[in-house]
Amino acid sequence: MSTKGDKWGFQPEKSNVIVLDRPVAPLYRQLRLKVPSLASCFFCGGCSATCTASEEGMNFRVVHLLLCRGEMEKVGSLIAPCLLCGKCTLVCPRNVDTRSVVFNLKLALHELQ
Amino acid sequence: MPTDKQVPPGSRVAVIGAGVAGIMAASTLKQAGVEVDLYEKEERAGGHLNRWHHLFPGREEASLVREGYLQQLREHSLSLMLSAEVKAIVREPEGPAGGRFRVTTAAGDSRDYGAVLLATGFRLFDAALKEEYGYGIYPRVLTSPELEQRLSPGGAGLDTETGPPKRVAFVHCVGSRDAKVGNRYCSRVCCITGVKQAMAVRERYPGCEVINFYMDLRMFGSGYEELYQEAQEVHGVNFIRGRVSEAAKTLGGAIQVKAEDTLLGRPLKVTVDWLVLLVGMEPSLSAELLASLALESDQAGFVASRDKFLQPGQSSADGVFLAGACGGPASLPESVNQARAAALSVITYLNRKG
Ligand SMILES: Cc1cc2nc3c(=O)[nH]c(=O)nc-3n(C[C@H](O)[C@H](O)[C@H](O)COP(=O)(O)OP(=O)(O)OC[C@H]3O[C@@H](n4cnc5c(N)ncnc54)[C@H](O)[C@@H]3O)c2cc1C
Ligand code: SF4
Ligand code: SF4
Ligand code: SF4
Repeated sequence: MSTKGDKWGFQPEKSNVIVLDRPVAPLYRQLRLKVPSLASCFFCGGCSATCTASEEGMNFRVVHLLLCRGEMEKVGSLIAPCLLCGKCTLVCPRNVDTRSVVFNLKLALHELQ
Repeated sequence: MPTDKQVPPGSRVAVIGAGVAGIMAASTLKQAGVEVDLYEKEERAGGHLNRWHHLFPGREEASLVREGYLQQLREHSLSLMLSAEVKAIVREPEGPAGGRFRVTTAAGDSRDYGAVLLATGFRLFDAALKEEYGYGIYPRVLTSPELEQRLSPGGAGLDTETGPPKRVAFVHCVGSRDAKVGNRYCSRVCCITGVKQAMAVRERYPGCEVINFYMDLRMFGSGYEELYQEAQEVHGVNFIRGRVSEAAKTLGGAIQVKAEDTLLGRPLKVTVDWLVLLVGMEPSLSAELLASLALESDQAGFVASRDKFLQPGQSSADGVFLAGACGGPASLPESVNQARAAALSVITYLNRKG
């Protein structure tokens, strides 16, 4: 029997809804302590516009938003292409130490593995 | 210098700056019977309004509105001193004629007053400080005041060697909301200026595509949101949420802009004939004047009111008042309202002193 999912060639595996009811991810809490300037981000997209690894899918703004929303699954693969070049830190109008955020994320994810 | 010796200095008022705030404050004082001298450092009165082509949100011709303000000067025969930059204002010890401020111009003329009203306005952000936008290096990168001039009668317009422009982009928040240049505040009127100018470009060059790159659109004033909607619906202006990270000159002399389309989450590139930087407002009052009156300023450096709730327009120094953009980014109607309110505070102050 064909279901709606079959018709579109995929089955929705989980809900697409962002659930904010769950507690803040410990990883994000630690990151905020390590790099306090992260609190100043207003998601303008300056960093992601200038990013050396943007063609490879890196997007600091999206990574930060995913962390804020507790959506950790994709973070590791998104930051993988980051070269830690620091261009994003040069353009950020809110002086977020973006490079250090990614560096600390890489470290933390490495330790988790 | 005027020579109305009959009026004791203690009841005369100096208004510094003849932009709209200074003109309206001075004319309100004069109508209430207070003797005023209006000092202006430029050769003509009107302040920044002299440089605008048309005005948001009603799109009135700026020259007509300016004429209305200048009419105030003539109607009330205000004592206006042009090319008279005020260099120093010093509080003198209280004499028999009342608390005195000695106002001295760059030419060295001095005169005494019972109260001072600051209406020194703002300074435009120097776009060359945002190096990544190439202002001053690439000829096709303009500031919003330069676009006002180009759109004015006799102005150069936006035609290029190859004819009318095909695409123009605006960058919001240039020199505002930017810790990198030390200006964390929002300049308030540049969003609506961007909408106004985008519509003007579309009207003058119907074949030209217009893109506004914004971080947030701040349509706080009455009629602003409606103008934004008109820009979308009637003029097809393309609003893209994303901060422009850099601009580069192409081989043909056009400008390539890089941004992120943050609502889609993907990097974006576009080539435009002109890039217009919506520059913000900065404090203009010199550090010497601030220091000589021991005035407090806010975090951004604009003159602070003693109490924004109960005594707006009264500075931290007794007898010194303020109006218009010298107290922070403001539109023309806001500056005029502040000017009339500050004039009333001056009158109350002079009466209390007796
Ligand atoms: C690009 C742009 C477009 C704008 N368009 C609009 C619009 O369409 N509609 C609108 O409502 N608002 C607009 N504004 C805002 C408007 O320009 C301001 O609200 C207005 O200029 C503020 O008036 P002001 O008198 O306080 O200051 P100013 O216009 O800056 O006038 C201050 C005056 O003081 C003089 N002065 C300064 N220091 C001294 C001194 N030491 N001695 C003597 N004189 C001195 C200056 O020379 C100047 O003439 C725009 C602003 C920008 C940046
Ligand atoms: S440039 Fe700074 S403020 Fe803007 S999204 Fe990136 S980190 Fe956040
Ligand atoms: S440090 Fe990483 S995120 Fe920042 S610009 Fe370089 S590659 Fe992109
Ligand atoms: S008014 Fe708009 S363009 Fe100007 S600083 Fe504020 S948000 Fe930026």
